[in-house]
Amino acid sequence: MSSTTRPAVYSPRSTLDARPEHSADSPVSIHAMTVAYARKPVLWDVDYDAPSNALIAIVGPNGAGKSTLIKACLGLIPRAAGTVEFWGQSYKHARSRIGYVPQRESVDWDFPVSALDVVCMGRYRKIGWCRPVSKSHKLAAMEALDRVGMADFAKRQISQLSGGQQQRVFLARALTQEAELYFMDEPFAGVDAATERAIIDVLRELRSNGKTVIVVHHDLQTVPEYFDHVLLLNMRIVASGPVSEVFTADNLQKTYGGRLTLLAEAAEAVARAAKGS
Amino acid sequence: MNDLPINFEEILETLALQGGFNTNAVILGTTLLGIAAGVIGSFALLRKRSLTADALSHATLPGIAGAFLIATSMGYSGRSMPLLMLGAAITGILGVACIHLILHHSRLKEDAAIGIVLSVFFGIGIVLLSLVQTSSSGSGAGLNHYIYGQTAAMTRSDAAIMGTIGIVASIIALVMLKEFMVVCFNETFARSTGLPVWLIDSIMLGLVVLITVSGLQAVGLILIVAMIIIPPAAARFWTDRLWKLVLISALIGGLSGYAGASISALFPRKPAGAVIVLVAGSIFAISMLFAPTRGVLADTIRRLRLKLLIARDHVLESLYEIESDIEGARHPNASIMLIKLIAMRGWITTSNNTLALTEAGRIQGQRIHRNHKLWEQYLVSYADIAPTHVDWSVDQVEHVLTDELIAELEEALRVRGITIENGDPA
Amino acid sequence: MIPDLIQTFLTLDLFPILAAIFAALSCGLLGNFLVLRKQSLMGDAISHAVLPGLVGAFLITQSRSPGIMFAGAAISALITVVLVEVIKRLGKVEPGAAMGVVFSVLFALGVFMLENASARSVDLDADCVLHGNLQTLFWTTSPTEWNHFLSASIKDEVPRQLWTLLGTTLAVIIFITVFFKELRIASFDAGIATVQGINAGFMHMALMTFVAIAAVASFEAVGSILVIAMLICPAATARLLTDRLITQILVSAVIALLTAIGGYALASWMGVNAAGMMASTAGAILVVVMIGSPSHGIIAKARNQRKLGNLVALEDILGSLYRLAETDEHTTRDRLIATLGFTNRTTKAMDRALADNLVKLVGTHLQLTQSGLAHGAAIIRKHRQWEGYLVDEAGFSPDHVHDTAEKLEHLIDPDLPNQHTDPHGKPIPPK
Repeated sequence: MSSTTRPAVYSPRSTLDARPEHSADSPVSIHAMTVAYARKPVLWDVDYDAPSNALIAIVGPNGAGKSTLIKACLGLIPRAAGTVEFWGQSYKHARSRIGYVPQRESVDWDFPVSALDVVCMGRYRKIGWCRPVSKSHKLAAMEALDRVGMADFAKRQISQLSGGQQQRVFLARALTQEAELYFMDEPFAGVDAATERAIIDVLRELRSNGKTVIVVHHDLQTVPEYFDHVLLLNMRIVASGPVSEVFTADNLQKTYGGRLTLLAEAAEAVARAAKGS
Repeated sequence: MNDLPINFEEILETLALQGGFNTNAVILGTTLLGIAAGVIGSFALLRKRSLTADALSHATLPGIAGAFLIATSMGYSGRSMPLLMLGAAITGILGVACIHLILHHSRLKEDAAIGIVLSVFFGIGIVLLSLVQTSSSGSGAGLNHYIYGQTAAMTRSDAAIMGTIGIVASIIALVMLKEFMVVCFNETFARSTGLPVWLIDSIMLGLVVLITVSGLQAVGLILIVAMIIIPPAAARFWTDRLWKLVLISALIGGLSGYAGASISALFPRKPAGAVIVLVAGSIFAISMLFAPTRGVLADTIRRLRLKLLIARDHVLESLYEIESDIEGARHPNASIMLIKLIAMRGWITTSNNTLALTEAGRIQGQRIHRNHKLWEQYLVSYADIAPTHVDWSVDQVEHVLTDELIAELEEALRVRGITIENGDPA
Repeated sequence: MIPDLIQTFLTLDLFPILAAIFAALSCGLLGNFLVLRKQSLMGDAISHAVLPGLVGAFLITQSRSPGIMFAGAAISALITVVLVEVIKRLGKVEPGAAMGVVFSVLFALGVFMLENASARSVDLDADCVLHGNLQTLFWTTSPTEWNHFLSASIKDEVPRQLWTLLGTTLAVIIFITVFFKELRIASFDAGIATVQGINAGFMHMALMTFVAIAAVASFEAVGSILVIAMLICPAATARLLTDRLITQILVSAVIALLTAIGGYALASWMGVNAAGMMASTAGAILVVVMIGSPSHGIIAKARNQRKLGNLVALEDILGSLYRLAETDEHTTRDRLIATLGFTNRTTKAMDRALADNLVKLVGTHLQLTQSGLAHGAAIIRKHRQWEGYLVDEAGFSPDHVHDTAEKLEHLIDPDLPNQHTDPHGKPIPPK
C-alpha cells in the first residue's frame, strides 16, 4: 500500500506521526510515554522536554506516578508506550552520563557494608566487571563523601547512620557517577535540617557546574526556594515550566484537587483487559 | 560400646588427615565443599534466596532418579556420578524456573510457589525412585543415599570432583564479589547503571546449583541446603562487613564440613550430612548468643548498660537540680545498689543518710542537666523539622548525645538566636 | 460372603486410602490459612522438624505408643515455631533463613538420632520419614462376611494411626468451623484483628499448633513430603479457582480428596510409591488448574484477551465506517482492511460484521446497516467523549488524546452527558 492510495479513512496511527520529535538538546526528552504498574496505567501519555542546566522538581500527590516517571525514564520499569531520549540518544548510549538516587526505603540498611563501600558502587561502571576497586576510585568516593559532609563516617556500617546520613551516602554515590543528569527519588524525605542543607548545597553546586537534576519532591513550601523548574504530575502532566510561571495556586489545585475518577476507572479497566480477567 | 573407634591415636590420625587415602580425600573434599557453600551462601542469604535454595535441592531428586532410569534404559551404567549430577542440576534449575512461572502466571505468592515446587518435585522423585527399585533389581539400590548422603560410599574421584567444584565456585564468587554485592544491596541502582541483573542472578543461581549437586553424595539433598543457609547466617553475627562475612562464613562452612566428614569416618552410624549440619547449627547457636558484634548476649549487656547509665544520669541530674534550687526538681528514685555504684565512682557522698554531690558529681549533673535543656529547647524551636526525631524521647536522648551532636545542637540553636548557659535559655 | 475382589481391596487398600484421605483433609484444610498468611513454608519447617521429637520420644520411653510419639512430635513442632520467632527477633535474621536454620538443624538431629537408634534395631527408618509407610497398613484380619462390619471387635482391628488421623481430621474441622471468623480476620490483617479484640498472636499459635498436630498425625502414615504437599497444594489450587474464602476451603477439601484417592489409585496401578504419587498428583492438579481455571487460568486469560481483541477489531471497522458515513465517503472491503493494519483479526472481524448483518456490500462499497450504524455511533460517541474528557478534565493537549481515546473507547463508557462536540469540533453522536 503506497501513500497515494491511502484511503480517506481515519488511521489509528496517524496522530502519532504528527507529534513533535524529540529535542536533541534536552537532557531528557519524554515522548508520548504511558507507564503501567502490573499492567495498570499510572502515567498517561507524558510529553516532557527537560531544560538543561536546571534544578527540576517533580511534584504531585501520593500515587501520582512521580517515582514511576523517573523509573520509566531509567528503564527500571517497562514503558507501555512512548520513547525517552537523552541528548537525542537512547538510554543505553547515554547511560554513563546519568546518575540515580533511589528512594532510601528501597534498600535494606542492615546490609553488611560501610558507607564507603556504598559510595564505591557508583564507580562500578567505570571500574568494569570482576575487577577490584582500586585506590583511585576509593579516593574519588572519599571525595564525594566529603562533599556531602560525611567524610568522618566513611568506615561506619550503614545501619549505624541516621536517616539523613544514609540519604547523604546515597547522594555521594550518585556524585561519584560523575553524571551530567541526575534523577533523585525523594532525597528530602524524612531528613534532618543539616542533611537538607547539605543536599541543597550539592544541588546548587551541580547546577553551577552545568548539570541538570530532576528531583521527586514532596514539600510544596520549599519548591520556589530550591528549584528553577517544576513538573506538576497527577497521572498525567498537569503543568510544567519555570517555577515562577507554573507553580501557581490554580495549577496546584488542578494537581491536588482529587484524583480524576474517570481516569482512575479507565486505568482499572485497562489493567483488567491486559490481564484478561 | 562398639560405637567408639578402637583407640585415641586413630582419632588423631583421621583428624590430621593421616587416615586412609580414601578417607582423606573425602574429608578434604567435604571441607572444600563447606568453604564454597559458605562463600556462595553469603550471597544467597543477602539476596534473601535461602528457601529458593531449599526448593532447588529438593528438586534435584527427580533428576537423579530420572538420569539413572534413562541411562540404564539406554544400556549405560546409571551409577556414573557426573551423569547423576547433570540430571540433578537439570531438574534443580527446572524447579527454580517453575517457581518463577508460578509467580508470573498466577496469583500465588513466593512462599506457596516454593512449597509447591519443593514437595511436588520431591514427590515425583520418590515415584521415580520406586520405579528404579522395581525395574532394576539391585543396581539402583544406592540411589536413595543421595537423599541423606553417604560419605562411606564415596570414591576418591567423587571427592576430587566435589573439591574441584568447590574451589572453582568459590573463585567465581570471589571474583564477582563486587557485582554480587551491588545486586544484593540495591537492585534498582545496579540496573540503572546498566548491570545485567538477570545475568548476575543467574550466575548466583548457577553457583548454588553447583554446590547443591556436588554435595549430594556427601551431605544428601535434604541437608545440603543447610550448608548454604547456616554458615552465613552464623557469620552475620560476627561482622558488619561483607568481605569478612564471606570469610567467616567460609570458615564456618569449612569447619563444619571437616568435622562432619571426620566424625562420620571415625564412628559408625554417624551420617556425615547430619553431623555437618549439627556442627554448623552449634556454631550458629554459639554465634547468636556470644558474638560480640550482633550476638544476643552482647546486645543485652549493651542495653542493660545503657539502662544503668540512664538511671545514674537521672540520679545525678535530680541531685544537681535539688542542690541548685531549680524549679520542679524531684528527689531521685534509685535503688541502694545504684546509689552505691555511683558513690564508688566518687560522684556522690552518702553521709548521715543524705545524698550529696561531690565536686566531680556536680560537674556531671550540670552537664546532664544542660544536655536535657539543650534537647528540649531544640525540640521547641525546631518544631517544624524535629518531628522526624519524635521517636527519640526527651528522657533518653540526653544520655546518648555525643559531643559532636551536642555541638550541632548548640549551633542549630545559635542560628535561631538561642544560647544555653548553665542549662537555662538566655 | 464378600467377593474376593472386594476382600483384596479391604485387605490391601482400604486402610491406606482412608489414612491418605484423612491426612490430605486435615493438612489441606489448615493449608488454606497458611497460604493466605504467606506462611506456607512454616508447614514445611514443622513437618521436617517433628522428626527429632518422634525419635526422641521413642528413645526416652522405648515405647511406640501413639500418645507418647504424639507428645514428642508436638513438642518439637512447637519448639520449631518458637525458635524461628526467637531467631528472627533476637538474632535479626531474615525470616526465610531463620526458618531454614531451624528446620534443617532439627531434621539433621532427627536423622542423627534415627541412625543411632536403628543400631538398636528399631523399625523406624529414615526413608520412611520422607514417604511414610502407607503400603504397610494391611488389614490382616479383613472380614470375609459382611456382618463382620457390625461386630464390636472391628474397632481393635483398625490400626491406631487411622484412629489418630480420624480424630485429627475431626478436630481440624471443628477448629476451623468454630474459629472461622477469627482465623479469617487474623489471616487477613493482624492489626485489625487486634483492634477488634481478637488476639492475632494467639490465633497464630493456635493455627501452628493444629498444623503441628496434623503434621504429626499424618507424618507416620504418609511421610513428611506429602504433609508439605498437602499443606500447600490443595489450598493453592483452590485459591486459583475462587475468590471467596469459604468456597476456597470447600474446594481445597475436594481437591485434597481427589489427590488422595487419585494418587493412591495411580500408585497402585503403576506399582510405585503412594505418597510420592499423591504429591505428584497434587502438582498435576495444580498445573491443570493454573492453565485451565475458568476465572484465573492462563487459557481463560488468553481467551478473554482474544475476545477483546476481536471486539476491538470489529468496533474499529464499525467506527471507521461511521466516520466515513459522516462525510459521505466510501471505501471497499480490502481497502478498509488494509487501512486497519491487514491483520488476520481484522479480516475475520470483517467477515463477522458481514455475517451478522452489521455491514453490507453495496456494489464493491461497504455500507453500515441500521444496526451497524447504531453500533458505530456508540463507538464514536465513546471515543469523542473520551477525547473531550481527556482535554477538558485531564488536561491532555488536543493533539495527544486520540491514541488514548482509541484504546479506552473499547473498554469503558465515560457516559458524560451534555457534550455535543469533541475537542476537534466533531459532533458527538447522541445516545
